[in-house]
Amino acid sequence: MTQAQLQETANIPALSEEPGIRKWQDYFTFNTDHKVIGIQYLVTTFIFYCIGGVLADLVRTELRTPEVDFVTPEVYNSLFTLHATIMIFLWIVPAGAGFANFLIPLMIGAKDMAFPRLNAVAFWMIPPSGLLLIASLVVGDAPDAGWTSYPPLSLVTGQVGEGIWIMSVLLLGTSSILGAINFLVTLLRMRIPGMGFNQMPLFCWAMFATSALTLVSTPVLAAGLILLAFDLLAGTTFFNPTGGGDPVVYQHMFWFYSHPAVYIMILPFFGAISEVIPVHSRKPVFGYKAIAYSSLAISFLGLIVWAHHMFTSGIPGWLRMFFMITTMIIAVPTGIKIFSWLATMWGGKIRLNSAMLFAMGFVGTFVIGGISGVMLAAVPFDIHVHDTYFVVAHLHYVLFGGSVLGIYAAIYHWFPKMTGRMLNEFWGKVHFGLTIVGLNMTFLPMHKLGMMGMNRRVAQYDPKFTFLNEICTIGAYILAVSTFPFIFNAIWSWLYGEKAGNNPWRALTLEWMTTSPPAIENFDKTPVLATGPYDYGLEKAKEGVPLSDPDPVLSAGPNSVLRAEPDPAVAANPEDRK
Amino acid sequence: MKIPSSIWTLLIGIVLTLVSLWYGQNHGLLPTAASDEAVLVDGLFNTMMVVSTGIFLLVEGILIYSAIRYRKRSGDNEDGPPVEGNVPLEILWTAIPAIIVIGISVYSFDVYNEIGGFDPHAIHEAPITGQSMSMSMPGAAFAKRAGTALAATLNDTPPSTEPNLNQEKSDEAMQDPATAAVRNADQIPQKRNAPGVGVVSPTIGPSPENVGKPAQLLVNVTGLQYAWLFTYPDSGITTGEMHVPIGREVQINMTANDVIHAFWVPEFRLKQDAIPGRQSEIRFTPRTAGDYTLICAELCGPYHGAMRTQVVVETPEAFDKWVQEQLVASREEPLSQAVAVNPTNLSPDEFLAPYTKDMGIQPETLNQVQTAHHH
Ligand code: HEM
Ligand SMILES: [Cu+2]
Ligand SMILES: [Cu+2]
Repeated sequence: MTQAQLQETANIPALSEEPGIRKWQDYFTFNTDHKVIGIQYLVTTFIFYCIGGVLADLVRTELRTPEVDFVTPEVYNSLFTLHATIMIFLWIVPAGAGFANFLIPLMIGAKDMAFPRLNAVAFWMIPPSGLLLIASLVVGDAPDAGWTSYPPLSLVTGQVGEGIWIMSVLLLGTSSILGAINFLVTLLRMRIPGMGFNQMPLFCWAMFATSALTLVSTPVLAAGLILLAFDLLAGTTFFNPTGGGDPVVYQHMFWFYSHPAVYIMILPFFGAISEVIPVHSRKPVFGYKAIAYSSLAISFLGLIVWAHHMFTSGIPGWLRMFFMITTMIIAVPTGIKIFSWLATMWGGKIRLNSAMLFAMGFVGTFVIGGISGVMLAAVPFDIHVHDTYFVVAHLHYVLFGGSVLGIYAAIYHWFPKMTGRMLNEFWGKVHFGLTIVGLNMTFLPMHKLGMMGMNRRVAQYDPKFTFLNEICTIGAYILAVSTFPFIFNAIWSWLYGEKAGNNPWRALTLEWMTTSPPAIENFDKTPVLATGPYDYGLEKAKEGVPLSDPDPVLSAGPNSVLRAEPDPAVAANPEDRK
Repeated sequence: MKIPSSIWTLLIGIVLTLVSLWYGQNHGLLPTAASDEAVLVDGLFNTMMVVSTGIFLLVEGILIYSAIRYRKRSGDNEDGPPVEGNVPLEILWTAIPAIIVIGISVYSFDVYNEIGGFDPHAIHEAPITGQSMSMSMPGAAFAKRAGTALAATLNDTPPSTEPNLNQEKSDEAMQDPATAAVRNADQIPQKRNAPGVGVVSPTIGPSPENVGKPAQLLVNVTGLQYAWLFTYPDSGITTGEMHVPIGREVQINMTANDVIHAFWVPEFRLKQDAIPGRQSEIRFTPRTAGDYTLICAELCGPYHGAMRTQVVVETPEAFDKWVQEQLVASREEPLSQAVAVNPTNLSPDEFLAPYTKDMGIQPETLNQVQTAHHH
């Protein structure tokens, strides 16, 4: 079938008898459908996000006052160690895999992932490793050497907690390696005929770059952690100076993974944003190839910047300069993406719905994180602010302003596809407003705190910093409150929300060309591309000239992209329906 | 009257530049610059701040402008114009950031060189300084033979004809009885000076005009959970508070006893990890009198936040007077008491008390400490 014919059938409003609707029990089984797995990933990781968020607010509660008066210093260290570990390894990284699982096969017209069972295995490693970490809190011997777990400190704090931490992160790493192999093979082998790499949606490009990066860097972390486990449990001295080991070697191995991990965390959402912005601006994405190839450039450069985390730990002068320059260069492909997104919006017909607002929030806050990142790359300045709240501010602008806002944009955008129902727009906007206010209130003052002399990972600080910390803490409470509208909105809308129809945004990528939620094997017949993924406003989209099908497609159904006339029976464009 | 868009662009550009230039100089985000190095670092930061403000305002401006100007009007279901790209524009926004980051790199490189980041002693000085051995000149160590060094290590390093630079520095530091007393509490063998990435921690060395000259004042710093210990090898003083004179170049040699700590004085804009098993050093020149806080910046355990002490920058006269007072004081009490901190003999409360009293930590907090290490 051609894309336009698919479009026609796809515009039937989703009904509950549709084959795509599954029983809720399916989500608790070893299901191999990529869509079930995608949602399993997303829901599980969101639960971990809430736990990580509670820990963050406990950390902030302690920091309301300069004294240690809320928890003991040992517990404080466990709190931020678990906060960071959970946020990184159990939320941002696997959430990207969740979207990729749901979207990649749909976007490339495949029936499923290349290795469906491996896919399920990768997912089912996540709940046990998360439970393991949380169990360590319950048994009272949680890891407390920071999420970086530098020896020798990690070797002299609690053995049980540290052992659990290593085990859990190793499992999570294995899961992401398995996921990455699956994404790569799926993208390489399962595209419909006629979809070359340059006809792929940008989210697929982003996941391609991410998966390649995961495959190269994660094994190095695993190696470092296994050696650390030997030091911890078997008394070897790879990293332990009392036996002649070198703690700095651990840092190299750790950051060889953990710096690329930052790109593993952000690239999928660069991809998601590249999908959301053109659809809601009704314009082709500006500079498709530049955006696609800059993902590859970022993933390559991401591998050669790790030592910028070690500027103060003692690496030779020339090496610091090398890592400074490679780090700076990453700003160029990142800048290309940002300017391309702005140019996509420029002159468009922007729908300011929740998905688009989060996407714009993403661009606006990520830019701040990117700018402070370039500053941190400058060695003399980094020497001053390394390991201070400036870094905490920077990383949250990237990870919260970037990844988390990107995840929300993606959820608001694809929720109709995943569930067949719309999210409520009013509560979506409340969610957005609270998030943006809370985010900036929490993290903006931290820049100043760090530069003025507040070091990170401390339960007690100089009383002269009390005022700014107070603001940060109130901001963190606002952030906590901001998730409630979202949680209730998601649950309520999933059950009772407005029916979405199959393509409420009139988007052109293939995932919108099937029912919502999609049937078990996605498409009745192998789809044929009639338009490129972002041909908004183009004649070929209007006339339906196919890209790969020799027969021209002439007709277009009611409410099709090709006709641009909304069918009042379907939530084509929710804000227009009265 | 309709103002053409090129005029608008020009006007906005001028305003943006002026605002950025102003904010770059008046952000008030940094504390006093109390060392010569700090002034250079601040210059770099201010420049980056000008550029950053400009980029920030530009991006946020476009974002907000688009949201308002290009908002979909109700009833309009058309698509926007199908602009897919614009090669000159894309080249422009690739080239401009590239030029900016190259500029910042070059400037950083220059500052880094000025503050002594490229201390070349390890490579260039070694053959020259062979004859003039001096404790404050690390390069001299190359000329020594390795004999004595090997004897002190706990584990046997394979025999090697290369000198063990770290061990020799450590031996030098051990000449100072106070340092030796502290370090013997938990002897950590020194790594060999193997070639390769970062084994002798090279850090911030002499500024270019001082290359080859010994620093005017040497301070040995030991980090241990949760205190800093200073010994002045020239005068034999041991203290828990650092004093340095204005205008004299100071060299800090540091190591750590247990876990990694980091030496950070925000007003000096300098930071360096003190790593067990390694020697590292920084050189700087104090310039503004005052009391500053030395902060441990690397997570070193539950009381990491309490690991702070004072650094007093004072006139050379005041400094000399302080040295005299310390000498008198140390003659009056035996050395073992000057090195009051032997963590193994003290309960954590006793141990931490002197370091936490000014930090607003309540005694109750200290009482909650059970053990610092729970195996
Ligand atoms: C709910 C909002 C959040 C708040 C209020 C918050 C707060 C904090 C605070 C105060 C710290 C510093 C702890 C310390 O140095 O003692 C911290 C550290 C950190 N946070 Fe968050 N955070 C939030 C969300 C996130 C998210 C979404 C991520 C995403 C990955 C994240 C990742 C990290 C990391 C990696 C660290 C570094 C921990 C370390 O230094 O070991 N945080 N957070
Ligand atoms: Cu410390
Ligand atoms: Cu510390």
